[in-house]
Amino acid sequence: MSDNIPATASTDPASVITGASILLDQVSKRYPGQAKAAVDGLTMEIPAGKIVMLVGPSGCGKTTTLKMINRLIEPTEGRIVLDGDDVTGINGDDLRRRIGYVIQAGGLFPHMTVATNIAIVPKMLGWSKDRVAARVDELLELVSLDPAQYRDRFPRELSGGQQQRVGVARALAADPPVLLMDEPFGAVDPITRVRLQDELISIQKELQKTIVCVTHDFDEAVKLGDWIAIFTEGAQLVQYDTPERILAEPANEFVENFIGAGAGLKQLTLTRVNEVELQSAVTASPGDLSSDVLSRLDQQGHDHAVIIDGRNRPLQWLSRRQLARLERIGSTRDPRLPVVGERATLNDALDIMLVSSVGAALVTGGRDSFRGVVDVETIMVAMSQAHARARTSHAEGKPVGINTGALTALDGPHDGTAPLRSADRGAGGE
Amino acid sequence: MIEYVSSRFGQILFASWQHFSLVVQSLILATVLAVVIAALVYRSPALTAVANSVSATGLTIPGFALVGLLIPLFGFGVAPAVIVVVFFAVLPILRNAVVGLTGIDGAVIESARGVGLSRFQTFRRVELPMAWPVILAGVRVSAQMVMGIAAITAYALGPGLGGFIFTGLARLGGANALESVATGIIAVIILAVVLDLLLVGLGRLTIPRGIRV
Repeated sequence: MSDNIPATASTDPASVITGASILLDQVSKRYPGQAKAAVDGLTMEIPAGKIVMLVGPSGCGKTTTLKMINRLIEPTEGRIVLDGDDVTGINGDDLRRRIGYVIQAGGLFPHMTVATNIAIVPKMLGWSKDRVAARVDELLELVSLDPAQYRDRFPRELSGGQQQRVGVARALAADPPVLLMDEPFGAVDPITRVRLQDELISIQKELQKTIVCVTHDFDEAVKLGDWIAIFTEGAQLVQYDTPERILAEPANEFVENFIGAGAGLKQLTLTRVNEVELQSAVTASPGDLSSDVLSRLDQQGHDHAVIIDGRNRPLQWLSRRQLARLERIGSTRDPRLPVVGERATLNDALDIMLVSSVGAALVTGGRDSFRGVVDVETIMVAMSQAHARARTSHAEGKPVGINTGALTALDGPHDGTAPLRSADRGAGGE
Repeated sequence: MIEYVSSRFGQILFASWQHFSLVVQSLILATVLAVVIAALVYRSPALTAVANSVSATGLTIPGFALVGLLIPLFGFGVAPAVIVVVFFAVLPILRNAVVGLTGIDGAVIESARGVGLSRFQTFRRVELPMAWPVILAGVRVSAQMVMGIAAITAYALGPGLGGFIFTGLARLGGANALESVATGIIAVIILAVVLDLLLVGLGRLTIPRGIRV
């Protein structure tokens, strides 16, 4: 009966990348009458099918950078290359119809219904009525809104979170390879924000678009981003790397300050429970003799036994002392059982451990079935491994990101090797 | 009074219809003009300020004087009447159109441009419909105002109910003079109420439910 349940990493079905790569090639934006450029000679590669987060303090030029990708703001110098095509010279409206755009609070047209809002781009592209209607319903389902209920509503009849969802649906309407988001979750309450972020992650898993997202919230960047670009004034790219590496190896003091306190705790949010090696546990069923269970505990050298029901769901978690007091194991469910889902982050797991004061938590997978035990040591080991990996890895496929003639800006206490290395590789990807 | 009206009922009805027709056609022309002017100026703060001061000071010109000034240029008849009515009708609509267009949330326009609407499409499909309730409120103000101004144009022998008022005033003290003036005034008031109701109905039909207050 003693099952050694292996920690299985969830394997996603191989999904097709529908996104397109973007290259900003020595792009600058100068406004007349301003001495300093808003964006100064930025070269940045955005890999296809990834989420790239642009973060930085207010007025650092991150939003200007974003808006130059769809040429809402025309660059003064430089080229924008989308999927290998130079789009700097083409008609801006045509370009924007090929790129989804989401702004804070959705930016919905208040005089149009949800369906009309979503249909606006497909209609401009000349889709047939039936195709547009089918697409609207498909997209509403994608963003978890019931089409029958929400199709004919007006934006003011929706909550902030729902408006934001419709905004995302509208941006995805014509199935663009690239999605640009400008502080998309800035205007919703924290609970809704977390839910929308989770939904964006799952939508991205399904669609594999290239998403460029501006935020000033570093935690959001860590949560959503495959890559994070940290900017300082004049859109000077300070560090462009994976969340893991930015947390483990901040390029300089500016990045450290921007990350803020608790870089270690933020690391915990990057790893999910199903990515770490779980401890096995002795399991037993209600009705088993406790003496049998105790002897199995002796054999395995464990101190606790997990009682599971017929469908493998954990009911109780009994210590040797508790077992010794029982003759047979009962079938009641302990409501205070420290249980964590395998998709939860290590941060959530640690939180549950701290609250339950057991120093460990039971991990459940699909249909709440028992998978194993995660304890504080497991988390410590996982963290030190992640840290070591982040320090030593050279970030396979790391995209280029640099400002021309601005190498001095990268100087810092940590010698800034990461960004400089990308400079050596040259502005590839053309 | 009743006798006066019943003996001239056909004539009054015809004059009322002409008056109404003059006002409605002038309003349509004025709305188009005002929206076009507003569309040309609302993106420039300087031009917007000019438009606002013109629409404010224009209203201080006495209507009667303007009619008199136009007679030497355009002669008697319909032409000076239409010009005067349109001129005064444009002013409140222009003011409201500028307010309506400049008051639209920049985020909405940005997202319209962001999803690929051209400058003109953004105006026609987003900005104009969103400003429409405010523009229509201006049209209602205009309609009330120019009902009275249209009566003054009878001085230039224009069409409408003004004729009753002017002939009555010219023969004040004579037989049926007061009745003539009263008929003109009451008919103008009735027309004004009818037109206002029609404009409210137009609002119901043309303002999308999403922005109806």
